Amino acid sequence: MHNFEYASPKTLDQAVALLGGNWGETEVLAGGTDLLSLMKDFIVTPKRMVNIKDIPDLKGIRMVRDGSARIGALATIEQLIDAFSKSIPAIAQAASGITSPQIRNMGTVGGDLCQRPRCWYYRAGYGLLARDENGQSLVPNGDNRYHAILGNNGPAYFVNPSSLAPALIALKAKISIHGPNGKRDVDAEKFFVTPTSDSAREYDLKPNEIVVGVSIPSTLGVRSATYEVRQKEALDWPLASASVAIKMDRAKKVTAAGIGLGHVAPVPWNASQAAAFLVGKTIDEDVAAEAGKIALADARALSRNAYKIQLARVAVKRAILQATM
Amino acid sequence: MAEYKWPEEGKRKHIGKRISRVDGPDKVSGKAKYTYDINRPGMLFAKLVRSPYARAKIVSIDTSAAEKMPGVKSVRVIQQPGAEIRWAGDEIVAVAAVDESSAEDAARAVKIVYEKLPHFVNEADLAAAPASYRRQPTEQTKGDPDTAFKEAEVVVENTYGNDVMTHCCLEAHGLIAEWEDDNKLLVHPSTQAVSGNGAELARALQIPAGNVHLKMDHMGGGFGSKFPIDRWGIEAARLSKLAGGKPVKVMLERDAELMLAGTRPSAYAKVKVGAKKDGTIVAWESESWGSGGPAGTGMPPYPYVWQIPNTKTKHHSISTDVGPQRAWRAPNHPQACLVTMGALEDLAAKLNMDPLDFVIKNIELTGARANVYKDEMMKAAEMIEWKKIWRPRGEGGMGSTKTLKRGLGLSLHTWGGGGHASNCDVTINSDGTVDVKMGTQDLGVGTRTAIRIVAAETFGIPIDQVKEHIGDNSYPASGSSGGSTTIGGISASTRRGSIDALNMLFEKIAPSMNTTADKLEAVDGKIQVIGSPNNSMTWKQACAKLGMQPITARGKNPGPGNLTSAGVGGVQMADVTVDIETGVVKMNNFVAVQDCGLIIDMKTTESQVFGAMIMGIGYALYEEKIMDSQTGRMLNPNMEFYKLAGLADIGNFKVHMMTGKGYDERGPIGIGEPPTVSPGAAISNAVANAIGVRVPTLPLTPDRVLAALEKERRG
Repeated sequence: MHNFEYASPKTLDQAVALLGGNWGETEVLAGGTDLLSLMKDFIVTPKRMVNIKDIPDLKGIRMVRDGSARIGALATIEQLIDAFSKSIPAIAQAASGITSPQIRNMGTVGGDLCQRPRCWYYRAGYGLLARDENGQSLVPNGDNRYHAILGNNGPAYFVNPSSLAPALIALKAKISIHGPNGKRDVDAEKFFVTPTSDSAREYDLKPNEIVVGVSIPSTLGVRSATYEVRQKEALDWPLASASVAIKMDRAKKVTAAGIGLGHVAPVPWNASQAAAFLVGKTIDEDVAAEAGKIALADARALSRNAYKIQLARVAVKRAILQATM
Repeated sequence: MAEYKWPEEGKRKHIGKRISRVDGPDKVSGKAKYTYDINRPGMLFAKLVRSPYARAKIVSIDTSAAEKMPGVKSVRVIQQPGAEIRWAGDEIVAVAAVDESSAEDAARAVKIVYEKLPHFVNEADLAAAPASYRRQPTEQTKGDPDTAFKEAEVVVENTYGNDVMTHCCLEAHGLIAEWEDDNKLLVHPSTQAVSGNGAELARALQIPAGNVHLKMDHMGGGFGSKFPIDRWGIEAARLSKLAGGKPVKVMLERDAELMLAGTRPSAYAKVKVGAKKDGTIVAWESESWGSGGPAGTGMPPYPYVWQIPNTKTKHHSISTDVGPQRAWRAPNHPQACLVTMGALEDLAAKLNMDPLDFVIKNIELTGARANVYKDEMMKAAEMIEWKKIWRPRGEGGMGSTKTLKRGLGLSLHTWGGGGHASNCDVTINSDGTVDVKMGTQDLGVGTRTAIRIVAAETFGIPIDQVKEHIGDNSYPASGSSGGSTTIGGISASTRRGSIDALNMLFEKIAPSMNTTADKLEAVDGKIQVIGSPNNSMTWKQACAKLGMQPITARGKNPGPGNLTSAGVGGVQMADVTVDIETGVVKMNNFVAVQDCGLIIDMKTTESQVFGAMIMGIGYALYEEKIMDSQTGRMLNPNMEFYKLAGLADIGNFKVHMMTGKGYDERGPIGIGEPPTVSPGAAISNAVANAIGVRVPTLPLTPDRVLAALEKERRG
């Protein structure tokens, strides 16, 4: 790790003012569960670190009677489990999938959304797009067992690692961002972007903007769930995950649905066609399985990850059944 | 003349009881200091500059920038321009600086120019191995396999194997070296060979062997990978010398630990095995290959344990540009066991036989210890409720659903484990305390506890009156902890030394009890005339008679009396559930039945078996050294993607140790390795039983399970 300047602002405006105009020069520190390991491995080498943990505006979870919620960027993963295990299981279950108590207690909502990909070529120093000295991606001909099956036409092949994003997409949440020109909100789905250069980021932030929180619209009558296909229970990433949010009428017919997929694409994936398919249907195992097929209809396997298509289909099916049964 | 034997069952006060390890409280409270925890005054930190390429020639090395950096105290070029690198991560330059980050910065400032050469790092596909990486295959034939296969009524052919795994010691390899004067070295190592490493260091540093002093209280795991002092250890001593003798600490980073300091060889085999309709095994043929790095690897003992009358084996040793192999618990046995027991389970399935019945039918083929295996097999079957849960292959064991298939699998194994050479000094002090000094080491397995138990048993005193002093090569030399030889060696030397010391004490006090030494015994904190408990004195009173002159006796192994032997067997059975939609394998129950002669401490023995089972689940389901063919580098040199089994992954364990007549009189035999042999085979067999098809290669990852199911579906 290189030496760096450490700043600990007390207000959002101070924090934003401390962030530079270029990616890579300054990094935001919240829980530090990803940033510190990136720095120790010299994958990021900021000149300045801006600690945002002392900014009160970013803390807390506020729940409103209509079932909507406002989650501060500094809310910890563990706090999500406490807050949402009854009301919004999709979020609590996704948070529970972060399987180290230490990370759940230090890791934050903002950090989960902004953490960098776990692609092993990126983490070994080959750059975000994992390119060799000739500029060719190492992923298509390499060991891509954990890489993308959707949105993988290049140049990015990694998967977005966020645990919460698929649930936020399913719930049609918005992400609030603060920058020099004040606050703006973006749809959870649109917050994530597929980078086309090593110096770009995987999200819609400018170098001097900070995620300040997440707003979840009314969840009254919404049934939700997250299902992760995991090889290992603890200290492991899901191989594929799906979050669903479903509204049903009295006759148990679906009136609205959202489905987000995790660990399948360079961005958390909005399976909107599968969600649309569910509307008007009564959920049973066949319908859920069909939704899984539709969600993965555009999937394209790389050399070693065809199995993930099956896993993602199953995740969708099981999340739907878990939410509605 | 004293008699050297173990006490009989009814007379044992400590031996074989459930005694908590004596260093447990120190370990859980953090009081125990591991090598990693030791920081010496004025200590420097060493870092190594490593090759990023798997195969390359060094063209030039420029250390000038590193040498000028603040805090840098010494820099050494280990491999000169012209040298050829054979694995990514190999050490080229070593630097020492006042703190870890300065050393890291200096290492990154060294400029090395390489000429990249083509590399080969993935040997799973034999046909893809370039000619220059292959050796002449070895072939062996026993009996008349061709005729036997013609006469066999049922034959199965399949492929089995496991990828390279690594040891992943939680405490990485390393040491702290410092020069006490121009030719005297003090070393705090993390080693399996406290008494053995001095000579290796002395040779490299050209100083007398007696001038190297090694001290180690606790170490964080070796599993066979921590016998040598290694190049980084020798370099730390050299950097220290260059820096005027200041202590230099080198501990491998996690990535280096996984890349360089642990490679269990891969093993792959195409196997054909034949039987008569009644299940009698008649013939075996295998073509196998594997690699343990640049030197390739020899053939595991196929077929394993089973003395099949007609066999033909062919083996290809493949070299790769991967960090070289090290011994991993029971070298070659887990691989041989997986391939053999996998093939036999497949044969039983084709015969429509329950593998338990099939194994019992053929049990005589396991040789001299057939009856032990049979007893262990029946005990394990009872513990796992084999007959209740087992169903023929592919039907799904009891409790299976449409997507969750349960299966049972079994395996058996063997190991030697006879006691190594060991010396100790046993001292009885006039205050009644006892000291045992021995140049052995406790790898976390309970060596300290065993020494106390044996000495306390011999003297008839509580174990807290004995203090063991180990982990120091100035104590009497004791063997390396490898081959499961420690418990036999240290128990036998402690027993002999304690018996001799006790006899010296008897000689001293016999006159005051109006008797002779041969009529005395030590029981329950007293010394008494045999058969006359009223004619006694307390242990304390007896020892007080020593006054200013404590008694010391040297205990040795080997020595008089049969205190240890070799050769154990064990049976394991796994109960798994496989999710056939996701390929995820979950452990339900896992049973181990094991013999290891006389058990010194039942509790730490069982702990050893539990640990072996956990590690076994690791290599069966999760662990794989993933090498990238393009870059030649390991892709998962971390504990994020080098996956280890956690508590939630291991299911329930049951362990039964075979004891009593037929076992106890053999004396203590090592337990560290045997229970690590069977898990891969038992779990692979359980998965095959659950899903109806063999998943050829360990670890049994979801992609492999789904691929095997898909292949079966397509027919």
